[in-house]
Amino acid sequence: MLPPYADLLGLTVDPDLSDAAPVLIMPFGDDVLGRPGFLHGGAISGLMEMAAIAALQHALAAEGGAKESRGRIKPINVTVDFMRGGRDKPTRAQGVVTRLGNRVANVEATAWQDDPAKPIAAARMNYMVARG
Amino acid sequence: MTVPGFVFDPERFLRNGAGGHGRRLGLHYHAHGLDWVELALPYSEEQIGDPASGVIASGPILSMMDMATSMAVWLKLNGFRPHATLDLRVDYLRPATPGKTVIGRGECYRLTRSIAFVRGTAHDGDPADPLAHVAGTFMAPEGYR
Repeated sequence: MLPPYADLLGLTVDPDLSDAAPVLIMPFGDDVLGRPGFLHGGAISGLMEMAAIAALQHALAAEGGAKESRGRIKPINVTVDFMRGGRDKPTRAQGVVTRLGNRVANVEATAWQDDPAKPIAAARMNYMVARG
Repeated sequence: MTVPGFVFDPERFLRNGAGGHGRRLGLHYHAHGLDWVELALPYSEEQIGDPASGVIASGPILSMMDMATSMAVWLKLNGFRPHATLDLRVDYLRPATPGKTVIGRGECYRLTRSIAFVRGTAHDGDPADPLAHVAGTFMAPEGYR
């Protein structure tokens, strides 16, 4: 389901939450390190991007079954707000599809470590959706 | 007596200090000027975001532009200050061409006491045909000056 870039980041899907949009988990490690001891902002953004796409695939699948779920998803833009540094612990992210139109989807995603109510970063993304 | 200030050299910085996520992505130095720096992101199948087309995900491009714009601030300062990205927006003008190295150019166009305003573009061979445009801000908790 997730592309090769998700493997590069070491992402897994949180198995405890299967009904809602998937929660993705990124382990801390050298491959996602920025300045010493902190996550790279780009890795946090990549995690949120993968969570947003997973949420969008989830919404497309719920909308019309397997055929619809093969819709192609192309990023138009992303805006990321960084709220606090990512520390030496797993980071989770989840996307929320705020609107799924015929051609454009608006998705928001947040990334957190200890408390979902205290995100380390948030992103808004616009995607082009071409249904399969 | 005036102590010579530390001069920021992006080529040296990337040769000795680009570990972590930057190394995982294969990011390296390309060129720099007084207030801008260019980094190179070689194509890698590990970075594919759309398996149907082979186009890399937007995340690696955002990572490169975050680093390029961050280093552009240190170039404008001609020194190093700890700072953090406040926000970064990326417009994906077109997909990156599979197989091609992406060049990202970051520029710092305005510095205040504690905020740096940055922008940049990314292309995969022709600077006149960019694939992404970025704008963002950094903040230095202890101030830039």
